Amino acid sequence: MKILSKTYMALIFLILYAPILVVILFSFNRSGSLSHFAGFSGKWYGELFRDGEALTALKNSLILAVVSSLAATILGTLAAYGIDRAKRKWMARAMESVSNIPMMNPDIVTGVSMMLLFVGVANVLRREPFLGVWTMIIAHTTFNLPYVILSVLPKFRQMDKSLTEAALDLGCPPVKTFFRVELPYLVPGIVSGLMMSFTLSLDDFVISHFVSSPDFRTLPLYIYNQTAHEVKFSMYALCTLMIFVILGLLIAVNLAGSMGERRQRRKAGGK
Amino acid sequence: MKKQSVVRGAAASPYLVWSLLFIVAPLLFVLWFAMTDRNGSFTFENLRSLTSYSQTFVMSVGFSLIATAICLIIGYPLAYCMSRASARARNILLVLLMLPMWISLLIRTYSLMALLDNGGLVSSFLVRLGFRKLTFIGTEGAVILGMIYDFLPYMVLPIYTSMTKLDVRYVEAAADLGCNGIRTMFKVIVPLTVPGIISGVTMVFVPSISTFYISQKLGGGSFDLIGDTIERQFQNAVTYHTGAAISLVMMILILISLAIMNKFSDGGEDIVV
Repeated sequence: MKILSKTYMALIFLILYAPILVVILFSFNRSGSLSHFAGFSGKWYGELFRDGEALTALKNSLILAVVSSLAATILGTLAAYGIDRAKRKWMARAMESVSNIPMMNPDIVTGVSMMLLFVGVANVLRREPFLGVWTMIIAHTTFNLPYVILSVLPKFRQMDKSLTEAALDLGCPPVKTFFRVELPYLVPGIVSGLMMSFTLSLDDFVISHFVSSPDFRTLPLYIYNQTAHEVKFSMYALCTLMIFVILGLLIAVNLAGSMGERRQRRKAGGK
Repeated sequence: MKKQSVVRGAAASPYLVWSLLFIVAPLLFVLWFAMTDRNGSFTFENLRSLTSYSQTFVMSVGFSLIATAICLIIGYPLAYCMSRASARARNILLVLLMLPMWISLLIRTYSLMALLDNGGLVSSFLVRLGFRKLTFIGTEGAVILGMIYDFLPYMVLPIYTSMTKLDVRYVEAAADLGCNGIRTMFKVIVPLTVPGIISGVTMVFVPSISTFYISQKLGGGSFDLIGDTIERQFQNAVTYHTGAAISLVMMILILISLAIMNKFSDGGEDIVV
């Protein structure tokens, strides 16, 4: 039984990882074949780094990920604060449900609905549709928001409210209370929300596909475009690089999370 | 105290404005485009014209149902095996399961395409074994396989979560009372993990039915799913009204099935309690 279950798990995980490993391996292939490995070579990476369009897409992806994850983190943290402290419970529930809409809707509907918003507004203003960097930032911020709220809201809920009350009783203004008392407690949640948003933004293809224009292309859009008709080995190199960047980010998120927890435990123990 | 409540209200207001503008308003625009014609006057014509896409709808639902069912059949035992492993092994297995969820679906689909490609490893391996040359890309099987491959972790994770929450004493009690392994599985473990199954099914079915790049990349363009139809309407068509109508119908169908599923899972929990 034990052996059977181990074999089964090994088989499924092997299938799950085989394609990714094949792409990573063949991105180093000296020949342009997908079945015969002729020896290690970095030539596809060289080709990738000489590809000006790929580098522009990389720059766009990074700008977009930084701006949208920061915007989502600020908005989402404030929203979590509002949801946690809302006097009317239905208000909090309504805000939470609205923030869940982009998570429940299929990506294609989110993408299409945002595109129609931008196109519709442009129609009303009698202007040409203005898809580009700004619509991308808006869309990415929007789909990142629920993830930030999901990682920050539990921190608010776990927080000892008497600390806030004590600060306010002692005459600390609410804004200062937030920055001096509450914010330090929330940092692990905020950091993991930020990193998660950054990763999601870097990865997103479907929503971007609808709200972008050819003059603002991100890496996933570029990959999609380049692989429409033919196999391109420099795209395997790009996929490999993206996989490793995402892995690095995930490790960073986990380290940040466990470090924050450890620090809190130390503080609690020191009391 | 009054001052604090003002700050409290103000804290959430940027988010409120943002979600009204960019979550609620876009959905209203979908409704608006679906219900108007080119001149902006009200019409049901877009919705009525969807009958010509009925075949697409049927095929998409069929593909997604098959993919979801296979994910459940493969994923349920996997979740069970994972939940039975030692605590240390469980953590590693969980990381292994979640890693692919973080890698862009586009990249994973593209990887699968590399593996199944006509000159790829799988087909050249089969040829070496003496099979005749097989073509995978462009078949129904490849599209469904793509859905299974892309979304399997989303089936396993929620089932695994509800398995680990399951009180082992129920299983032990069943065994003590003379229930054999298979009966325990179907009479005790499966009913107790219904909430996990339902969220797993949702998390596979919704992206499967709305995908377009899986069918484009692995179907070689010979299969038009709902997602493909929507995508083409928006990327090539001059007007967006039909695309909006298809999106609207798909969204409503998904919301209805989510509501039914939720009802179902609540009911399941009631029986258990």
